[in-house]
Amino acid sequence: MTDWPILSIITFLPLVGAAFILFLNGTPDVVARNARWAALWTSLATFAISLVLWTDFDRSAGGFQFVERTVWIPGYSIGYHMGVDGISAPFILLSTFLTPLCILASWHVSERVREYMIAFLVLETFMVGTFAALDLLLFYVFFEAVLIPMFLIIGVWGGKRRVYAAFKFFLYTLAGSVLMLIAMLAIYWQTETTNIVELLEYGFPRQMQMWLWLAFFASFAVKVPMWPVHTWLPDAHVEAPTAGSVILAGVLLKMGGYGLVRFSVPMFPEASEYFTPLVFAMSIVAVIYTSLVALVQEDMKKLIAYSSVAHMGFVTMGIFAGTRQGVEGAMFQMISHGVVSGALFLCVGVVYDRLHTREIARYGGLVHRMPAYAVVFMVFTMASVGLPGTSGFVGEFLVLAGTYQMSTWAAALAATGVILGAAYMLYLYRRIVFGKLVRDDLKTMLDLDLREKIVFAPLVIATIWLGVQPKPVLDMIGPSVQAIVERYEADRAGSQTHVERPNSTTTAQVPETAR
Amino acid sequence: MTTDFLPGLARPEIFLACAGLFLLMVGAFGGENKVRTLSWLAIAALVIAALLNVVPAEGRATAFAGMLVVDGYAAFAKTLCFLATAAAILMGIEFNEREGFARVEYPVLMVFAALGMSIMVGANDLITLYMGLELQSLSLYVLAAIRRDSIRATEAGLKYFVLGALSSGLLLYGASLIYGFAGTTNFDVLAASMIDQAGATPIGVTFGIVFVSAALAFKVSAAPFHMWTPDVYEGAPTPVTAFFAAAPKMAAIALLARVMVGPFGPLVHDWQQIVVFLAIASMAIGSFAAIAQTNIKRLMAYSSIGHVGYALVGLASGDEAGVLGVLVYMAIYLAMNLAAFAAILCMKRDGRMVETISDLAGLARTQPVLAAALGIAMFSMAGIPPLAGFFGKMYVFLAAVSAGLYALAVIGVLASVVSAFYYLRIVKVMYFDAPAAGFDRRLETGPAVVLAAGSAITLLFFVWPAPLVSAAGAAAASLFAG
Repeated sequence: MTDWPILSIITFLPLVGAAFILFLNGTPDVVARNARWAALWTSLATFAISLVLWTDFDRSAGGFQFVERTVWIPGYSIGYHMGVDGISAPFILLSTFLTPLCILASWHVSERVREYMIAFLVLETFMVGTFAALDLLLFYVFFEAVLIPMFLIIGVWGGKRRVYAAFKFFLYTLAGSVLMLIAMLAIYWQTETTNIVELLEYGFPRQMQMWLWLAFFASFAVKVPMWPVHTWLPDAHVEAPTAGSVILAGVLLKMGGYGLVRFSVPMFPEASEYFTPLVFAMSIVAVIYTSLVALVQEDMKKLIAYSSVAHMGFVTMGIFAGTRQGVEGAMFQMISHGVVSGALFLCVGVVYDRLHTREIARYGGLVHRMPAYAVVFMVFTMASVGLPGTSGFVGEFLVLAGTYQMSTWAAALAATGVILGAAYMLYLYRRIVFGKLVRDDLKTMLDLDLREKIVFAPLVIATIWLGVQPKPVLDMIGPSVQAIVERYEADRAGSQTHVERPNSTTTAQVPETAR
Repeated sequence: MTTDFLPGLARPEIFLACAGLFLLMVGAFGGENKVRTLSWLAIAALVIAALLNVVPAEGRATAFAGMLVVDGYAAFAKTLCFLATAAAILMGIEFNEREGFARVEYPVLMVFAALGMSIMVGANDLITLYMGLELQSLSLYVLAAIRRDSIRATEAGLKYFVLGALSSGLLLYGASLIYGFAGTTNFDVLAASMIDQAGATPIGVTFGIVFVSAALAFKVSAAPFHMWTPDVYEGAPTPVTAFFAAAPKMAAIALLARVMVGPFGPLVHDWQQIVVFLAIASMAIGSFAAIAQTNIKRLMAYSSIGHVGYALVGLASGDEAGVLGVLVYMAIYLAMNLAAFAAILCMKRDGRMVETISDLAGLARTQPVLAAALGIAMFSMAGIPPLAGFFGKMYVFLAAVSAGLYALAVIGVLASVVSAFYYLRIVKVMYFDAPAAGFDRRLETGPAVVLAAGSAITLLFFVWPAPLVSAAGAAAASLFAG
């Protein structure tokens, strides 16, 4: 089975589906129906094939697997080079897992269904490609190409201020990324290669690392997003259609985190160490400040958007802690956040579809009319808070444990974010679900229908499964993280001055701590 | 290197000259009802001329006693110029008939302009350069004003002529200075003498280079010599504008690159700062001035100024990677620009052309295919991967970074973010806004063919970039081999 170009199939199968939908014929109703089903089946097939990555993945190796390579651009040694390791494979699975759910959640989209489904399938291709690319330029192409479908998704199917949000999203991200392009070209001239595998082994001069690190950071920090360049996120989330928000929170933000783990830390270790206090400071501000901002939001989506910034603050902190627990925790937190925040946006979408408002004050007492919804929303609220037994706990715990080894203060300050997170999420939950059911229009609200239950079921299962049994995922991530951390520590030890920290090879026990 | 007469090397030029004269006769005796036939004959002549291009076995040869050079570089640029001219004629056939100025001069002048371009890119002497440039420019002046009953077109033609004549004067002045101080007009001899004088360039030669580059900057409409562009683009009939933005630009950029890296190659440190300045000014003007435009042709004019800026970023590095970048950039620019203008030619309502950006409102609902094609062109011009425009930008920035011009590269990419704003605005108008009254459904054949071809190249370039990149690489190498 591994003789097949699995990664290329996963990457480009959605594009085939999109091409098929493009050529559908018939009356608008027929086209819309066929487009929905074609998109759903394509994305399900993609997910089914991507499970090969899960089953056939060699969990004992830290290197790249499923590698494919051919010449792409002659003259310059730029190749079509795909492959995954423990860092990228989970994200590919996350992308292929969320896309069919998004398509199913958008079943009621009635405007320009054909274009909508094409946009999501094209988006899936670019997302998977971003994580699978092993060539710097190929990575950039996919990374940037994501902007086109997302711009259209926000702008065409979004809310009232969709134009503003779409432009802000596009230009913010583009401005960050073009600097990374220059850095990539500089890397090319320095190393004569764009092969990521070789670049990970290359030792850049210290001075150059600083500049390259900053350029890459400009791109990834916007994407993550880190405070203070996070302001596009609330706008984009609020205006995007539900499924757009799910992908945005679930996968697009992870591209920033993935970039930091894949490029910034391993390729520029000295610069990463030098800038760690900066990243810690930005992360702590993100955790505390955006949590406080989330507390006062009147709009459900905005609240969850700010909570995303706070959660991603943990991720950046864990990555730059540079310990195995920290990086593993950051990876796990990203996967967990992809599932949980995506699910939370779907929860908002459910009530938005019924009442067409996201204002928190308009709701209350939904538990009386929508018991199933209340349970589902509860699960994801708890996961977002980080209750043990849900996926949210494992990531946050590992990040805090990993950061504690590097900086007690940073860990202590970030830990307050956990408390604040509980505050704003429980407050949100109380205002929407509990209380008296007083409003007349709420009294006629219907509980989850079968389609919505089908959408939520895999997400609930994933959330709890990741929380109770994180070992399979951590085993997948482990060896690759280990390789990065060892190299990072060797570089730091070699470079100077820094007090040697106890090596953190004790992380294998963490699954047990998560019950 | 041979310096004999060797007219055989100038096959495309001789063929085009004969074809142009022949078409002129057909037109003169056949009258207005032969315009369609003439147009198709002109297209055929241009395609044949493109096929007649040869790269001599030794890589580089000169004809007419060293006046004209034939190498891979010239062949590459000529092929693109001829094909772009053919596309422009194709786009105009039905338009001109409909708008009532289907004149025999139109295809004939296009052929002569193409001949001028061909001589420009093959120039190996300041005299040849001037002859080619003037043949091309004089054809263009007439074409700009070919719609004689339109005040805007006449104004455009006059403005173009006056400013063009000024730039020709600058060119001649610069050329005479160079001749006065170097004692020759031949590029090969000039290059040799410049190597001897490297480090101690005569002040007159420096002045000459400044004048020549200013004149050529006029022709490529690089800022700050861009003033004529928006007015001429807006005033000229749309197919003529499409032509102006494509083939002559390619020829002028190719000529600029040849002059700079050929005879003045050894003086790269003298002219590099000029090109860097032109590039930055063009990118800035192209990005910021376009934001406020409401007329799509004016917007495309500023956009083309910006694109010239990016091409000059490649030239600024002054090495082979830079010329490769320029050629790739211009080839991709031609494809996406012709596609965009083909889409603009489809903007007609009740048989009348409309030109404001707001006329495009909701085009994605009324004509999804047209909107998608124009959207592809816009995203590509903004330089978003995986569309072709990104690869063009990548190659020029690759060259700039390799030459250590980091500041230029950073300014360039930031300008591209600004320009993304107005390209996105067109996408926004087409996709996000409520539909205005749709355009006429029937697409004319010419624009439809060009639109399909241009969009396909723009969209699918990333699948198989090798042919263009290899060809451009060989062309760039041949320029440095001599």
